[in-house]
Amino acid sequence: MFAYILKRLIYAIPIALSVTVVSFVLVYLAPGDPLNAIAPADAPEEVIQALKSAYGLDKPVPVQYGLWLMRAVQGDLGLSIASGREVTAEVLSAVSNTLLLAGMAAAIGVVLGCILGALAGYRHGTWIDKAATALSVVGVSIPHYWLGLVLTILFSIWLPWFPAMGAGPGGSGEWLWDLEHLRYLVLPALTLSVIPMGIITRTVRALVADMLGQEFVTALRARGLSGGAVFRHVAKNTAPTVLAVAGLQIGYLMGGSILVETVFAWPGTGFLLNTAIFQRDIPLLQGTILVLCMFFVVLNLLVDILQPLIDPRMGRS
Amino acid sequence: MSAPLVSIQDLTVQFHGARRASALNQVSLELGQGEVLGLLGESGSGKSVTLRTLLRLHPERHTRTAGRIRVDGQDVLALRGRELDRYRGGTVSMVFQEPGLAFDPVYTIGQQISEAVRVHEGVDQATAAARALAMLERVQIPQARRRFDAYPHELSGGMRQRAMIALALACKPKLLLADEPTTALDATVQIQILLLLRELQRETGMSVIFVTHDIGAAVEVADRIAVMYAGRIVEQGPVGQLVHQPCHPYTRGLLAATVGHEHRGRPLEAIPGSPPDLAALPPGCSFAPRCSHASERCHRDIPPLEQQGARTLACWHPVRLLGEAA
Repeated sequence: MFAYILKRLIYAIPIALSVTVVSFVLVYLAPGDPLNAIAPADAPEEVIQALKSAYGLDKPVPVQYGLWLMRAVQGDLGLSIASGREVTAEVLSAVSNTLLLAGMAAAIGVVLGCILGALAGYRHGTWIDKAATALSVVGVSIPHYWLGLVLTILFSIWLPWFPAMGAGPGGSGEWLWDLEHLRYLVLPALTLSVIPMGIITRTVRALVADMLGQEFVTALRARGLSGGAVFRHVAKNTAPTVLAVAGLQIGYLMGGSILVETVFAWPGTGFLLNTAIFQRDIPLLQGTILVLCMFFVVLNLLVDILQPLIDPRMGRS
Repeated sequence: MSAPLVSIQDLTVQFHGARRASALNQVSLELGQGEVLGLLGESGSGKSVTLRTLLRLHPERHTRTAGRIRVDGQDVLALRGRELDRYRGGTVSMVFQEPGLAFDPVYTIGQQISEAVRVHEGVDQATAAARALAMLERVQIPQARRRFDAYPHELSGGMRQRAMIALALACKPKLLLADEPTTALDATVQIQILLLLRELQRETGMSVIFVTHDIGAAVEVADRIAVMYAGRIVEQGPVGQLVHQPCHPYTRGLLAATVGHEHRGRPLEAIPGSPPDLAALPPGCSFAPRCSHASERCHRDIPPLEQQGARTLACWHPVRLLGEAA
């Protein structure tokens, strides 16, 4: 088991390295000049040269990448061009907000998805199954920024139950675990949870329905196990696949919330990315993309490590 | 023989999904304490359906069951909830055809046997594990200690079937249902499993219903054989009588189609045609369309099952005393 984890960790290194290359280079493929954002269009040549060397933009791209990577490894992602603040600090504060939102959305989505999926799988072909399937199709296909707007109209304007903007009273100060702050989390988390909920419902439904038709479940019943005990067996058999799908979905939530965070003015990574793109803030953009990509690498690593712990058929060979 | 352990009367099972199929038609069977019955027939003749109905394993939404089943004094078709759970695995247990598919792949063999013991006898984990290990040793699994912690996919087919038998017998059932327990195994392993089953049956004195399409296997373990065709029992009797003097043309056909020494050098006689569609059974004898003795009456009326000494038979024109030359 230890050797397996070590192997996975070693495999993760080249993946992480290529991620740094892509997140660095991709930004240069986009049109536009970062200096446009800080220097006026008619700035004299010397000023532009001075700015270029100040940000290291006068060196060849591979050299820039090397320097950037060396500092990134030490946790220094440079300074934001627009705000002048440290990118690392900006990204980390945004990451904690996004983690909060994504974590809550994932919890809602995974829990509801598993419950709905299991119900639909057990009641295969009945109206419960059809209702759950319809709900999941709607959940996957609905554009979530639109859903966010509709929820805002319903529960923030017509029924003033939940606030529609920000991550706490008085804008976006320090997050606190109290009722006042949690009210700000409800609408964005609900909006974001709809896609993972739909996908997990469908996955669990298909797995459970398939599992219940298998000979070993009949054999479990033939042994006199109660419905609950049989369900424990079914759950443990479906867990590895559900875990893999859920892991991927949580990954998407980490970075895929640009639109929802913008709709609800939630100060997370999506909101930050949006700002960085519009301001051509290259260090901020690179830093944010890098951190988001690293999330995927780490999540996949976790799923790879957890799966064989549940399913003995994986990993041992 | 005192009151029979198993008594099935007029059991009819229909599956209704997109089409309606009559899997069992008016099947009646009795089985005494300690008796071994071989259920013989082609695929789709209703052997496995009989076993699964005895354990109520068919999905209730798509199955219509009529008739009566009594096992050990209990009305099986009326069992509900906890009673049914106690009956399954406690009074009656089953050895499945494919041991590779009948174990939960993500629990070890030992965990699965101890779980069954715990559920049925309410003992603690340690006692249940000890019993599970003892059962693995009893079915002659070498290095039982190691196999206890193995997952199903880590064992060979024969080893898995032994473990399946250990699991089935762990809670001392009165009746063991064996659904083609050797079909998925190598020929050499088949004989070992048959011998093991016979030995365990003699030791425990349990009754066994052994489903097979292999006449050799049935003769090896059974006291009595019931031949099924298209969801009906067509002939039933003690092994010796049935094998040496088959009366039903279908039984004769089955025996003639078996590879044996007496047929060496002669081509095998196959039964012409194929079994009928269970969704559209003929009005008369189901075997009539394939039978060389069939008369007009056979195509019109279903022959009743009649007692003739130790044997029961459902045929208008039984083959009498035309014994094989050999």
